[in-house]
Amino acid sequence: MSVDTILSFEEAMEKYDPVLGFEVHVELNTRTKMFSSAPNVFGDDPNTNVNEVDLGMPGVLPVVNKAAVESSIKIGLALNCKIAESCRFARKNYFYPDTPKNFQTSQYDEPIAYDGWLDVELEDGTVFRVEIERAHMEEDAGKLTHLGGQAGRIQGADYSLVDYNRAGVPLVEIVTKPIEGAGSRAPELAKAYVAAVREIVKNLGVSEARMERGNVRCDANVSLRPHGQERFGIRSETKNVNSLRAVEHAVRYEIQRHAAVLESGVPVTQETRHWHEDTRSTTAGREKSDADDYRYFPEPDLVPVVASREWVEELRATLPEPPAERRKRLKEAWGYSDLEFRDVVNAGVMDSIEETIAAGAAVGLTADAARKWWMGEIVGRAKAADVDPADLGVTPQAIVELNQLVVDGKINNKMASQVLDGVLAGEGAPAEIVEKRGLAMVSDDGPLLEAIDAALAAQPDVADKIRGGKVQAIGAIVGGVMKATRGQADAGRVRELILEKLGVQG
Amino acid sequence: MSSFEPSTELIRLSAAALAAKLKAGEVSAVEVTQAHLDRIASVDGEINAFLHVNTNEALAVAAEVDGIRAAGGAAAEELHQLAGVPIAVKDLIVTIGQPTTAGSKILEGWRSPYDATVVRKLRAAKMPILGKTNLDEFAMGSSTEHSAYGPTRNPWDLERIPGGSGGGSAAAVAAFEAPLALGTDTGGSIRQPGAVTGTVGVKPTYGAVSRYGAIAMASSLDQIGPVSRTVLDSALLQEVIGGHDPYDSTSLTDPFDNLVAAARTGNVEGMRIGIIKELHGEGYQAGVENRFNESLELLKEAGAEIVEVSCPNFKYALGAYYLIMPSEVSSNLAKFDGVRYGMRVLPKDGPLTIERVMAATRAAGFGDEVKRRIILGTYALSAGYYDAYYGSAQKVRTLIQRDFAAAFAQADVLISPTAPTTAFKLGEKLNDPLAMYLNDVATIPANMAGVPGLSLPGGLADEDGLPVGIQLLAPAREDARVYRVGAVLESLLEEKWGGPLLAQAPVLDSNSTVAGGSL
Amino acid sequence: MAAINRDDVAHLARLARIEMSAEELDRMAGELAVIVDSVKSVSEVAGEDVPATSHPIPLSNVFREDVVGHVLTPAEALSGAPDSEDDRFKVPAILDEE
Ligand SMILES: [Mg+2]
Ligand SMILES: [Zn+2]
Repeated sequence: MSVDTILSFEEAMEKYDPVLGFEVHVELNTRTKMFSSAPNVFGDDPNTNVNEVDLGMPGVLPVVNKAAVESSIKIGLALNCKIAESCRFARKNYFYPDTPKNFQTSQYDEPIAYDGWLDVELEDGTVFRVEIERAHMEEDAGKLTHLGGQAGRIQGADYSLVDYNRAGVPLVEIVTKPIEGAGSRAPELAKAYVAAVREIVKNLGVSEARMERGNVRCDANVSLRPHGQERFGIRSETKNVNSLRAVEHAVRYEIQRHAAVLESGVPVTQETRHWHEDTRSTTAGREKSDADDYRYFPEPDLVPVVASREWVEELRATLPEPPAERRKRLKEAWGYSDLEFRDVVNAGVMDSIEETIAAGAAVGLTADAARKWWMGEIVGRAKAADVDPADLGVTPQAIVELNQLVVDGKINNKMASQVLDGVLAGEGAPAEIVEKRGLAMVSDDGPLLEAIDAALAAQPDVADKIRGGKVQAIGAIVGGVMKATRGQADAGRVRELILEKLGVQG
Repeated sequence: MSSFEPSTELIRLSAAALAAKLKAGEVSAVEVTQAHLDRIASVDGEINAFLHVNTNEALAVAAEVDGIRAAGGAAAEELHQLAGVPIAVKDLIVTIGQPTTAGSKILEGWRSPYDATVVRKLRAAKMPILGKTNLDEFAMGSSTEHSAYGPTRNPWDLERIPGGSGGGSAAAVAAFEAPLALGTDTGGSIRQPGAVTGTVGVKPTYGAVSRYGAIAMASSLDQIGPVSRTVLDSALLQEVIGGHDPYDSTSLTDPFDNLVAAARTGNVEGMRIGIIKELHGEGYQAGVENRFNESLELLKEAGAEIVEVSCPNFKYALGAYYLIMPSEVSSNLAKFDGVRYGMRVLPKDGPLTIERVMAATRAAGFGDEVKRRIILGTYALSAGYYDAYYGSAQKVRTLIQRDFAAAFAQADVLISPTAPTTAFKLGEKLNDPLAMYLNDVATIPANMAGVPGLSLPGGLADEDGLPVGIQLLAPAREDARVYRVGAVLESLLEEKWGGPLLAQAPVLDSNSTVAGGSL
Repeated sequence: MAAINRDDVAHLARLARIEMSAEELDRMAGELAVIVDSVKSVSEVAGEDVPATSHPIPLSNVFREDVVGHVLTPAEALSGAPDSEDDRFKVPAILDEE
C-alpha cells in the first residue's frame, strides 16, 4: 500500500480552511430490533438473536418498534431539530452479505428529524455551534469476520463469516450540515462534536453509547478550500472512526493529506477512506460497487410515521436536563473555579460528586470536601486500577462516612486514606475498618506529652526558635511526635500541646 | 363409518357441502382427504397442479378432526365449520414441514422455519393441507409456463394454459383435486386463472388478508385470496384467512366477517352495477363479450340497475403496473443471493468473490421472466429515471384511485370481463412478453387501487367452448358486495346452465397416469 | 428518455447481480426496449399537482411494542445455508485480490 504524502498541519492551515461534516450512527438500546421482536443484545453467541425477519427469509415483513421511534424523536429534540409531522421509511438497495435483504430499510427524503443544531464546547470553553441537517431511523447490518488472510482485514481474506445478531438493531444516523470556520481547531472540534453527541444520547438513556462496542460510530467528511474561497473543495469520507481520539486524529490526517494533494496541483479524489489506528493514517477504500446508485424508493411494507404534536410534546416533557446546562448549573452551585470544574469533568467524577453532596447533605458535607475526596483520593486509585472512578466500588455514602470521621477528629487524613483502602478491599464500612485496623487517633494526652517531651529534647534548637516566636518552625516537632506515634495522633492536638508546653501563643 | 359415497362424488362437492356432511357425520375427514389425494394421484400427472403432495400430514390432520368429532363434547362443538375440509396452498406461501419453492430453482429444497399467517389460520381451523401448487416463478406470469417445474395444464384442454401465476391452484380446484385453494394476486394471479379454468377466485381488499409468509413479488400490490368452485366457498375461506395480523404492517384492522352472510343474501335488487367502459369491447374476444353481456342481462332481470361508468386512466394502468411491480420485484428478490438459504452457484472461472457468486447464483437460479422484471425494475428505480418511471407510475396510481372513487359514486359494484380472452395454447405467448402482459389488463386496476375483485365463471365462449370469467369490483373494505352480487349471478347462471359450469368440463382420463405415482 | 441499449442492460445486470452472457444481454436489451417503449406514456400522464400513491390503502403509525419475541436457534437459522462455519454463514471473499 502506498504511503500518502502529507503536509504539516501548520502549513496546511496557512493556506487552507477545512470544512467538516459528520455522519454519526447511534445504536439504540431498545429491548428488540428496529423491525423484528428479536432481542437487541450485544456480545451473544453468533446467530442466537435472530428470527426469520432478521435473516431476510422469504415472505417476512417488517414491523416498526415504537420505542425506537420514540428514542429517535428524543434524539431529534435534544439536537434542537424539527420533528417531521409525517415521515416514512425507504429502501436503500445494495448487495452486501451483512445486509440480509440486500437492502437497508432506512429513511431517505423524509427523515424523522431535521434542521437542528448542537452547541459544542471546546476544551478552553469556546462554544461552537454545529448545524444538524437531519437525524433518521434505520437498521444496522450483521457482523462480518474476514478469515484466511491478514488477521481481520478484508483485503486478502479467503472467506468471511456472517453473524446476523446485529442485523436489524435500531440506528439513528445524525448528519451535520457542512461545518465551516473551525480553522485549525477542526480536529479538536471533530472530537468535541462526537463527544457531545455521545453524551447527549447517553444522557437521554436511548443508547449505551459505548464507542468501543460500536454503539456510536462516526464517518468524518473533510474538504479543504483556499482561504477566501467560498466554494467547497472535494471531500473525502473517512468511515467508521470509532474512538474520540481517532476522530481527532483522522480529521487532522485528512487535512494534512488533502493539503499535500492540493499543493501538488492535482484535484482531491472524492472517495471513501478507511482509518487505521496502528499507523494513524487513512487509506482509500474500495467503493461498494453500487454506491453510486442505491435506487431508493418508499418501503412498501411499512406505513408512514405520523408524529402528532401532542406525542412530540409528551416526549419532550420526558427529556432530561441537557448535559451542557447541567454542567453550568452544577459549577455555579458548587462554587468551583473554571479549572477545578474542568478537572472534575475531565476526570469523569461530576456525577459522583453530585451524588456524594446529596448523600452528605444532612451532615453538611461541602462541595469542596466532595471534590477533594474524589479528585484527591479516588481518581488516582481508579487510574491505577484502570477503571472509571464511578466503577471503583466506593459509594457516595462511604465517602460521607469517611469525611465525617475526619471532621469529628476520629481519624486524620492519612488514616482516612488507609480506611479507603479498606473500603476498596471490601473490609466493610469506614467505621468498622477504623475499629478493625485499630486506626483510632490517640486522644489521651498522656502518651502525647511524653512524645512531645522527647521530641523537644531531641531538637532543642527548634524548641528555642519557637520560644523566640518563630511558630512556623513547629512542624519539625509535630512531625517527630507523629512519627513516634506512628501517625495515630491528631496533629492539631499535638500542635496545641506543644505551644502550651512552650508557653507560646499559636 | 358412513354412507359410502363414491369418492368421485366427494371430490365434486363444494366446501360448504363437504363441511355440512362432515358435521352431520355422513362422511369422515379422512375419507374426504383420501378422496382428494386419490384424485391427485390419478390426474395430476396430466395437470401438474401440485409441486408437493402432503399426504401424511393431511391425513393426520383429518384423523385428528375425526377423533375430535367422535369424542364429542365441547371440543367437537368448537371445531371450525371448515375443519376437515382439505385445501391446496400456492407454493409462494411458506409452510413448515413442506418445501416452498415459489416455482423457482433458486429455492429448490428450501424448507421454511416458519408458517405464513394464513397457514397458521388453516392449521388452527384444522383444514388438511393437501400440498403446494404450481405457479409462474415468483408469481411472475399469466400462464404458469414460467414455473421452473414445468407448466400446469388447463383441465378444460390439456394443450392450454390454466392462467397464472396461480395456475396450479386454479387447475387443482377445476380438476377436483381440491375443493379449495389459496392463491396470491398481484395483477390478477387469482382472478385470471379463475376465469380461464371456470373457477371462482377472489382478490380481497389490500390488507384484508395478511401477507406475512407470502413470498413478496410486489409488496404494495400482492394479496392472498381464496380459490374455489363456488362464491360461497370463497367467502367461507376468506373468513378463515382474513383479519388483522400484527406481523403485517399493512394489514387492516377492519372486521371482514360479513362475507358468508353477503354470499347468502340472495338478491341484488336496487343495486347499481357499473359497466366499466374501458374494460370491454375492443381487444376482447367476441365470445367473452357475449358471455359478459349475458351476465348483465341476468343481473338486470334480477332487479339490478346497470349503469355505464368511465375510468379514463385505466388505460395507463398496465404501463404503470409494469413500472411499479418490477421496481418492487427488483428489491424484493435481492435477498435470493446464495448466502443464507437456497441455491449457491460458483462462477465457472475467474476469482471466487461473493459478488461473482451472487451473480452466478442468480443467473442460474432465476428464469428469463424473473430476470427481465428485475432488470426492468432496476432501471425504473435507477438514478435519473426514478421520477420519470417509478414516480410517474405512483402518480398514475392516484389517478386510477380517483377513477374508482368517481365510478363508485355512481355504482355499488363494477363489472367487466376478467380477462380479454379465454385460455390460450401453451407456448403461444411465451416469447412475446407484451402479449402475455395484456392478459392482466382488466385485473390490474384493482391491485393498483387496493380494491376487492372477484372472478366467477360466466359460461363458455362460443368460438372455442372455453370458460369465460366475469369480474366484480367493489370499493376498498366492501368485499361483502362482490360476494353478494357474485353469488346471485352464480345462481342465475347455474339455473341457465342446469348446473355448475365445471360439470361440463371434459372428464379427465384417469387411466393415463399411474395411480399413486410419485409427484 | 433514451432507449435502453445493451450497455445499459449490462450495467443494470451488474447492479442487480445477475451474470449475463453477451447473447443474453442482446436479447434482453431488445425485449426491454419494447417494454420500456410501451410504458413510457406513463411519464406523460400525471402532472406536477398529482400526488404519488405508494400504498393502496392509507394507514399510519402501525407499531410494535418493544417486547422480545421468539428467536430461531442457530441450527434453524443456518438450516438452509449453502455453507456455514462456527454457527455463522460462510461466504467467499468479499473483494478481489487488489
Ligand atoms: Mg450514511
Ligand atoms: Zn446510515
